[in-house]
Amino acid sequence: MENLLVNEKIADQEATDAMAIADEQIIADLLPQKFGKWGKIWTGFLLAICLLGMYAYYRQLRYGLIVTNMKDYVSWGIYISNFVFFVAISLVGSLITAVFRLANVHWSTPLTRIAEMIAVAAIIFASLIIIVDMGSPERFYNLFTHGRIQSPIIWDVIVITTYFFISILLLFYPLLPDIKILLRFKERSGNALHKFYNYIGSFWKGTPEQFKLSDKAINILCITIIPVAFTIHTVTSWLFATTYRPGWDSTNFGAYFIAGAFLVGSGSVVVAMYVFRKAYHLEKYITENHFEKLGRIVVLLALLYLYFNVNEFLTPAFKMKESESAYLNGLFSGNFSPVFWFAIIIGMILPILILVFKKGRKPLPMFIVGIMVVVGAWFKRYLIVTPTLLHPFLPMHDVPASYRHYFPSWEEWAITCGSLAGALLIITILARIFPIIPIQETITEQHETVK
Amino acid sequence: MEQENNSRRDFLLTGLVAAGLVAGCTPNKDPFEAGAVEAKASGKKVKLLSVDGEVIEVDEAFLKPVPHMPPVSNTEARLGIPGKKFVMVIDLSRCKNLKKCQSACNHAHDLNPGENWIKVDPMQNADHTAPYWEPTTCMHCDEPPCVKVCPVDATFKRQDGIVLIDSDRCIGCRFCMAACPYSTRVFNWGEPEIPADVAAQPYSAETSIPQKKGTVGKCDFCADMTRMGMLPHCVSACPNGVYAFGDLNEDSVTNGAETFRFSDLIRDKAGYRLMEDLGTKPSVYYLPPVSRNFPFESGLENDKLQNK
Repeated sequence: MENLLVNEKIADQEATDAMAIADEQIIADLLPQKFGKWGKIWTGFLLAICLLGMYAYYRQLRYGLIVTNMKDYVSWGIYISNFVFFVAISLVGSLITAVFRLANVHWSTPLTRIAEMIAVAAIIFASLIIIVDMGSPERFYNLFTHGRIQSPIIWDVIVITTYFFISILLLFYPLLPDIKILLRFKERSGNALHKFYNYIGSFWKGTPEQFKLSDKAINILCITIIPVAFTIHTVTSWLFATTYRPGWDSTNFGAYFIAGAFLVGSGSVVVAMYVFRKAYHLEKYITENHFEKLGRIVVLLALLYLYFNVNEFLTPAFKMKESESAYLNGLFSGNFSPVFWFAIIIGMILPILILVFKKGRKPLPMFIVGIMVVVGAWFKRYLIVTPTLLHPFLPMHDVPASYRHYFPSWEEWAITCGSLAGALLIITILARIFPIIPIQETITEQHETVK
Repeated sequence: MEQENNSRRDFLLTGLVAAGLVAGCTPNKDPFEAGAVEAKASGKKVKLLSVDGEVIEVDEAFLKPVPHMPPVSNTEARLGIPGKKFVMVIDLSRCKNLKKCQSACNHAHDLNPGENWIKVDPMQNADHTAPYWEPTTCMHCDEPPCVKVCPVDATFKRQDGIVLIDSDRCIGCRFCMAACPYSTRVFNWGEPEIPADVAAQPYSAETSIPQKKGTVGKCDFCADMTRMGMLPHCVSACPNGVYAFGDLNEDSVTNGAETFRFSDLIRDKAGYRLMEDLGTKPSVYYLPPVSRNFPFESGLENDKLQNK
């Protein structure tokens, strides 16, 4: 522990020195690196989980959703929770990249690409997991041939597709100057990768006109992605809030979901930047100062989310309407109370308590808090879906006993873990192919600071 | 003038009868397909009532049994029967949880074993109020939340008030199940265990047969029966006359044995609908469990079979 602190002090010192890093040094530091031993183990591990998930999905395609433990009452299970989780995480791309850029915040530059990679990976798996949840996925095209605009699902299809393309572009445009740099290192990249870089980015010459055009495009994307990001998660919350059920019938849902989404998204960026910093020795670029600043934002977001939670639960609990009392008691003191209090305490209250202190905003405690936030958020999404479905208006009667409770089957767990591993795999691969920290922007910003 | 009218009628009749004859010769062909074959007159005349209400004479040789109605097309099934507005009245004072309605329904729709479209719930509104049995079907709401949320128009509301499902279009997203406050919808999680010949039939939204893997199912008010002017299976199966079914436009409902003026029944017995506050406007009305025919306890034994 002491060693770590010393190391971090040195890192801090180095961060101050980073001002003077030469351009070539920056490039050498930030070029994508081949997987080391741990990188290979990590990738293999993710691949194995993905393969298991794919096998489980094959079984689901063959036998139907009967391989899950969803039944007529709990007709949505952890697939939908996981979908909400992915949509939530993907929102961070818009926060770190767009909101900060438009607000002229510069310290976040080294984090933008990490955030965008997470956003793209999450939105891809949000789309996939919603197809996994469909009972007849072979009829997916019906959404386009017979789509009805009055259904919130169609709204979701439209905005998620839009968000996906904007996110891809927001990842791609700022990459172009870096690809120009990458193209200089054919030896290092290897033939296949070099060809790939050449294919996607050789048109970029780095002329002032191109920079001007790209800046303009990125600005437009940053402005558009904010309302789209708000819409994707609001619409996702409306999948629940447009129904009558206790726990879903809430006008608070849109704002509540968005607050939660920004929290889990920033939590995931904290985890990712800690891991990348350690794995690729980026202490000069992702400094303690970044953790410090992001820590303050996470505290703010956690407080905001806690506020919406109080709104969401305190007012109905005060009234204890007959239709809602069984549901609310189930959360506060019944079957779901361990998960409920876990999500509130681990996912919100403890992070706030840790991060309000300066010592709590050091990299390692931040990393732990990030994990707490992300894990708490996943279980929070579980609580949003399942308990409500187990408390319908009419009694759960004339059905087999298995219909009256829900615990996911191994196929559901495998597919869910497979999708989480898949998202991590995409992030891992993107980090292998592209610089995790924007090279060109780092150089430009350093020149501006030195001036 | 009279002459002309007559000859036109004759022509129409001949055409119809000839079509029937073709159907008789080649049973595999569509009986309504055009194409005339001469039939030899036998000389024996039969008196018939024409569609205009006039008595006419037709040669016996032209008489053929009318073939069964062809299955309705998807478009017709989606439109419904013009001029009708189907309603159901469930008299809670008559129910003793026999579940004959349920078994008749399950049989008629070839439901997957264990699946029930009709559920009979033991209800007790508050601690000290009397318990009663409450059968629930699909409410065929006039403001159906399920139809509102369906992304592909697989579940739809017809002009005669019936809400049906097109299982050939349903994508299995189950949003309708989440939206329905009456929890009436069921899902075919796996391949339904139904006879192979039933499973091989083309799907009809009016019969809801065959149920298909990965799609939603629910009570269809037996739209095929109502098209034939017959009562839904639950109505005719109930020996206690719990269910009455009919047309709101005719202001009449029947349980098979008794026929009631709908408005009188609802007024005299203080009929109501479930969860009126949600604004779903169900087509199913309930009569309160007063002056009951059976004690609540008489239904308990039967309830244990499915609710352990």
